[in-house]
Amino acid sequence: MPPARGTRAPGGRSLQVGLVVTWLSVIVLLPLAALTAKSFAGGVSGFWDAVTAPTALAALRVTILVSVAVALLNAVMGTLIAWVLVRDDFPGKKVVNVLIDLPFALPTIVASIVLLSLYGPDSPVGIHINATRWGLVVALAFVTLPFVVRSVQPVLLEADREVEQAAASLGASGPTTFRRIVLPTLAPAIISGTGLAFARAIGEYGSVVLIGGNIPRETQVASQYIQQAIEIDQPVNAAAVSVTLLAIAFVTLFVLRVAAGRGRRREEEVR
Amino acid sequence: MITVTGARKDFGTFRALDDVSIEIPSGTLTALLGPSGSGKSTLLRSIAGLESLDAGTVVIAGRDVTRVPPQQRGIGFVFQHYAAFKHMTVRDNVAFGLTIRRRPKAEVRAKVDELLEVVGLEGFQHRYPAQLSGGQRQRMALARALAVDPEVLLLDEPFGALDAKVRADLRRWLRRLHDEVHVTTVLVTHDQEEALDVADTIAVLNRGRIEQIGDPDTLYDAPDNQFVMSFLGSVSSVGGTLVRPHDIVLERPAPDDTRANGPGRVLATIERVVRLGFEVRVELRDADGERFAAEVTRGVAQQLGLVAGEQVWAVAPSHAVRDLPQPPDAGVPADAAEADEVASTAGVGEPARA
Repeated sequence: MPPARGTRAPGGRSLQVGLVVTWLSVIVLLPLAALTAKSFAGGVSGFWDAVTAPTALAALRVTILVSVAVALLNAVMGTLIAWVLVRDDFPGKKVVNVLIDLPFALPTIVASIVLLSLYGPDSPVGIHINATRWGLVVALAFVTLPFVVRSVQPVLLEADREVEQAAASLGASGPTTFRRIVLPTLAPAIISGTGLAFARAIGEYGSVVLIGGNIPRETQVASQYIQQAIEIDQPVNAAAVSVTLLAIAFVTLFVLRVAAGRGRRREEEVR
Repeated sequence: MITVTGARKDFGTFRALDDVSIEIPSGTLTALLGPSGSGKSTLLRSIAGLESLDAGTVVIAGRDVTRVPPQQRGIGFVFQHYAAFKHMTVRDNVAFGLTIRRRPKAEVRAKVDELLEVVGLEGFQHRYPAQLSGGQRQRMALARALAVDPEVLLLDEPFGALDAKVRADLRRWLRRLHDEVHVTTVLVTHDQEEALDVADTIAVLNRGRIEQIGDPDTLYDAPDNQFVMSFLGSVSSVGGTLVRPHDIVLERPAPDDTRANGPGRVLATIERVVRLGFEVRVELRDADGERFAAEVTRGVAQQLGLVAGEQVWAVAPSHAVRDLPQPPDAGVPADAAEADEVASTAGVGEPARA
């Protein structure tokens, strides 16, 4: 049997649970509930009409398409970066390690300006991805970079190298060992990092606002559609698309958590 | 047959192996015995190809494998901490070496079933490693290593993480298994009892060198130097003379005794008398404060009336005294005795290899 989670006095526990519930209510639940209420101001049919309006639907489709692409890109590149940072030695490794977190610190609008000046119409490097979906992918890849790296890195640091040596002694080549032995161990971390990157990507606004071009049905993402809806005084439409984004994010994170948890539980099960 | 010639390995400024040569005949079970840092694990890992030698060669079954990666050396390796594939069932763990070789399913199945029976894990094939005890995990690791029909089986402190009782059971089981399977086996251990219990041949290592290779009787009865004598079996120093504790003769001093201390003969104070079943261990301290132990039978202890606080003569009889050289490069006996103490304390695992 796993040990009980809390070992503090029952009184202390109810106090801390109360504090957490209150905090989450004020910070998360209440705004979300208000948003949801707002989106149904026109009834279920009003909500449905708002979400299925052609431009709204197109914006949601672009958002999800691009976010899935970015999440998958992150899954591969983030794992590779984490691997290199943990397993390889090279000069400047510490600097690179710190660099990973910078996209978190930079105001996303700054990222957008930088990307626009680098890859926009006056690109000094000759790459023009302004107002294309590639522009969106690059902007979102920039802001979501740390998620997979930071969730895989600690798992890789903890990983038992002897397990890989055991696989080698049994005849497994490097790629086989990675696929059959290392990857299954990293999978929960990769999945949860990818999920977070995806959730961040579908809600991202600042970094895509300039480089994306905001072309309806082409590069306009849901967050830009929402902004536009608010500007033309259609708050119900804005709320409805927001709630749809929330629902997608919630379901995605929930499913991934269950999937990642299943693998982990099996490994850690105690006699 | 494994032949290692002139093996040298440095880790930074630390020389783990210093011109080591050893020949391990086919079908034998050889133990590499030594204190931590003696190079025994490095030697084993070099045979496996998990470490690359700075100089020297490794030949397995007539093939020079010095530059061959571990995958192609035809070895089975068992780690102290099991190195189980945690996300795979016991069956998949054991089958791993065969499935990556794309052997037919039926063949893999039959082989795994056979091995699980050999190691006594039939009925556990659908469990995950986390659901097994330490001893069971290590038996699974052994089955996994044997599945690929290795030329040689290499075991790195295989019982080091287990408690004393399981450890003793498992090593006797390993010895029986070896008598059935006959695969050339090399076992690394810091526990002299374990080496004496299972091995046909023991190689004693110290500071990156092999001090002596021989069968257990030879090493115990005719050690080449003081280090081997101290490390294999217990040893006491009577006035600077090394002797096995059970060879020491205790005598009551006569009332008008005027004999002086000398080599192999000291007047000592009894600090403690410990009954160990049939034997009695007498802990002594000589006038210089040097502590040592003698072992006598209960009959002798009663006859002499040994009581803590009294004085006795401790004599190392000349037939039991061997005039042994220090090992080359000065292995200090006190140092060795300390290592021996650690090694012979059952249940105390050596800290993980650096």
